[in-house]
Parts: sequence; structure tokens; C-alpha cells
Amino acid sequence: MTFINGLKCRECGREHPKRAIAGCEECFAPLEVDYDYDAIARVLSREVISARPKNLWRYRELLPLEREPAVGLASGGTPLIRAERLGRVLGIRDLYIKNDSVNSPTLSFKDRVTAVAINKALEFGLSAVGCASTGNLANSVAAGAASAGLPAYILIPDNLELNKIIATSIYGARVIAVRGNYDGVNRLCADLAERYPWGFVNVNLRPFYGEGSKTFGYEIAEQLGWRAPAAIVVPMAGGSLITKIRKGLKELEKLGLLEEEVRTRFFGAQATGCNPITSAVKRSSIEIQPVKPATIAKSLAIGNPADGYHAARLIAETQGWADDASDEEIVAGIRLLAETEGIFAETAGGVTIAVTTKLIEQGRINADDLTVIAITGNGLKTPDAVKLPKPICIEPKIDQFDRVASGLAATV
Amino acid sequence: MSIKLTIPTALRKITRDADVVEAEPGTVQEIIASLDQSYPGFRTRICEDEDKLRRFINIYVDGEDIRFLDNLTTRVRDGAELAIVLAIAGG
Repeated sequence: MTFINGLKCRECGREHPKRAIAGCEECFAPLEVDYDYDAIARVLSREVISARPKNLWRYRELLPLEREPAVGLASGGTPLIRAERLGRVLGIRDLYIKNDSVNSPTLSFKDRVTAVAINKALEFGLSAVGCASTGNLANSVAAGAASAGLPAYILIPDNLELNKIIATSIYGARVIAVRGNYDGVNRLCADLAERYPWGFVNVNLRPFYGEGSKTFGYEIAEQLGWRAPAAIVVPMAGGSLITKIRKGLKELEKLGLLEEEVRTRFFGAQATGCNPITSAVKRSSIEIQPVKPATIAKSLAIGNPADGYHAARLIAETQGWADDASDEEIVAGIRLLAETEGIFAETAGGVTIAVTTKLIEQGRINADDLTVIAITGNGLKTPDAVKLPKPICIEPKIDQFDRVASGLAATV
Repeated sequence: MSIKLTIPTALRKITRDADVVEAEPGTVQEIIASLDQSYPGFRTRICEDEDKLRRFINIYVDGEDIRFLDNLTTRVRDGAELAIVLAIAGG
């Protein structure tokens, strides 16, 4: 059974048929999947959802597939962790981490979007898939394509972290490094999508792919006992995730699945070296001025964010805010999360922790706001970002250990 | 006719299926105006008004986004390549 009417332009409302398409043919804005929410409301309840396995397909009526999913079956269903120790450091009582650094199969939130996109490529009968990526999407598309038996063409900036390249190539994907930054890679990918009859997940499968991100929001609400948080802090690259989390929460509200209406304030986080969205928010604008990225948070290094306008607008609409973090603050954020909660996040996670710290210091997030921090990727992907001292090396002798241990104890 | 402008599929109905069109040197704005003469309706498809591109359209001159240059008043030299690219999602 399908609950999809078609695709609809987010800006001008023009309707488009369900097919692989990059954007509105009238005004070029992003397309949204148009669901039959009345029909969904008749079949979807908290009980139905709760009885299903803990993965993103438990919300399948709200995802744009028209067949049963064939791949990505274990994606989603990640932990929401009460972060008391981090909360104490930051001075906030009700703090949670939504931890997509342990998403399946490739340890980032991109496994959600890819699960939808690869299944959609199979539905459309496309012969190959591809993407432009700052790393996490590359890993995820390569893995998803391998499990679907589809060839994958992955375009990445030539300065990407080695671990992210290995974690793409290993799946047999055709990985092509493109000189320059992500925005050039993205442009090339847009051109390729016009020339090759493939499914480029962030180009012509974009209307469907983005829907996977809604499940990040569904899970948070369900894990909070069918409530939306007072505040959520989300890292922003292209700006899509933050908009889709809100869409997800609003859909649950529309379907009558939440205890209360959604009053969540949305906070966006970027690196200072690539802050086109936060700088728009700070000057009370929704006009995005692109930048040339220079940051260790390469997964967020999109200088020309396609959903930046929508992200800035929703931050303003929800009385949220946005801020950005320097490279030093990013590393400190990674370490703080690891040392207080035992979660090793990639650089984007460091950005989000650092920005959350600032937002609390600025009084924009209050001590009693139930706050969720979105951790979207795993630290093992970007180990070079954190420069840690080498471990002390000793002979296998008790006296050497005792001497070293007393020295280490003194530094704790 | 010495500037080449790449046209995305979504705009090719206006350019009578041409994926590349040519124009004389000038500012981006002047080039758009001259193409609007050859292909009526071209300007309104990509511009909100005379001074502003539509939000989801980007124009590149020799690979550089015109927002890093002088926007629509960016001067385009002889032999340059222009591209109209629709904004696409991140990854």
C-alpha cells in the first residue's frame, strides 16, 4: 500500500509525478513528498509503531517507498542517551544525546537517507547509484549499493580524510576524488546527473533521500515518551537535516501521536571556517552568502548550502539560534563528549557540542530546557582531527607501572 | 559569439533543447538580457527581478560562483564559460 500522492514544490506548490527528479521544474526549489496523511492516520498508531523492530522502517508509512525495503533494514533505531555528566559540565539538567555515531551500517546519520535512496533506486529500476559527498554519505551509499548489488560512483573532494576514503572504497565503489572543495564536486555531480541515467542520491533522488532524515526526529520523540524536546542542536552542512527533523516532529503532531504540540526551538551548529547559515542567522537574514570552506569539520564543509535558506528560516520561525565553533573548540567538544559520556564523535559532533556550550552560556538554551544534541557521525572516521599524546611505553615490570601510574594519577 | 553558457535540462525548453548557447562578452546581467532576446522568457525563468537571480539558481563564470565575484554585474571576458546550475543537496 502506498501513501504517496506525488511530489510537490516546497516553494511554489507545483505538483510533479513520482520519479527521479532534482527539483521543481518551475522555480527549481526542492521537492517534498506529498503524503496522504489521512490514510496514514488510519493505520499508524503508537501501538503499531512500538510493536515493530527498532529500526527506521517502524515509521514506514511516513517514508516514500512503494515496495517493501530490500536493503538498509537495520538502519536507524539508534540510542537516545540521558547525558547527565555532560549536562553537569554544561549547566543543564535535562540533556540527551541522539547518538547516530552508531548507526548501521556505516556509523552516521546518512545511513537513514541512504536506506531510503537505495531502495528508491531499486524501485525505479536504476542501473547504478552515485553521490557527491563530504564523506559520510560516500561511506553509506557505497555500502548500500554493495548490499543492493548496484554499482556506485562516488565523487569526493580530493582533501577528504583517509579513513573516509577507505570506508568507501572497501565496498567496491568507484571513488573519484575531484580537485577543490565540495561545492565543485556537487556541481560536477549535478552535471553528471543530467548525462547518466543513474540515481544520484543527493541530486535526482533528493526528494526521497531527504525523507530518511525525518526518522531522526521520529525516534527522538518516541524515545522521549512521544514528546518533542524544548530545544535541539543540530549540525548543519547543506542544512537539510535540521529541516527534516522538524518535518518529522510536525508529522507526528499532525497524526496525533504526540502528548503535546511541538514547541521545539531549533538551534543550528556550523564550523566557523564554513558558516554560511549561522552567519545569515546572526545577521537576522535568510539570505545565504556562500563561503569558501576552511575547517577540520570536513563533513560540514559545504560553502553553498542548498537548504541553507530553509534552515535559516526555520531557526528564526522557532525562536532558535545558530552559532559556530573554531577548530580548537571543535576538538575540545569532541574530547568533552568522549570524556563525559563515552561517545567518540567525528568533527561534526565536536562542532555541535562546542556550539551547545556557547548557546547555554549565551542563555539561549536554559538550564531547565529539555535539550537534545544531534550527534551524527563516528569519531573513528576522523581520528586525525584530535591530536592526542602517544601512550607512555614501559617494560612489562610492576615497578615501572607503579611509577607511571602514580604520575598519571597526579594528572587526573 | 564567444562566450559559452551551459544550460541545465530544466531550462532547455526555453533554449529550444540547446544544452549550450553562445553570447557576446558583457556583464552577466547583459548576457541574460541578450539571451532573453534570442529565447523569450529566459530571464524570467532564472531571475526574480532584474537585479536578482532566483533563490535556487546559481551561475558560475569559469567555475567561480558569481556571488564570490560581482554577482550579476560580474564582467565576463571573451572566451569564458558560464554555467547555470541548480542548487543541489549536501552530502
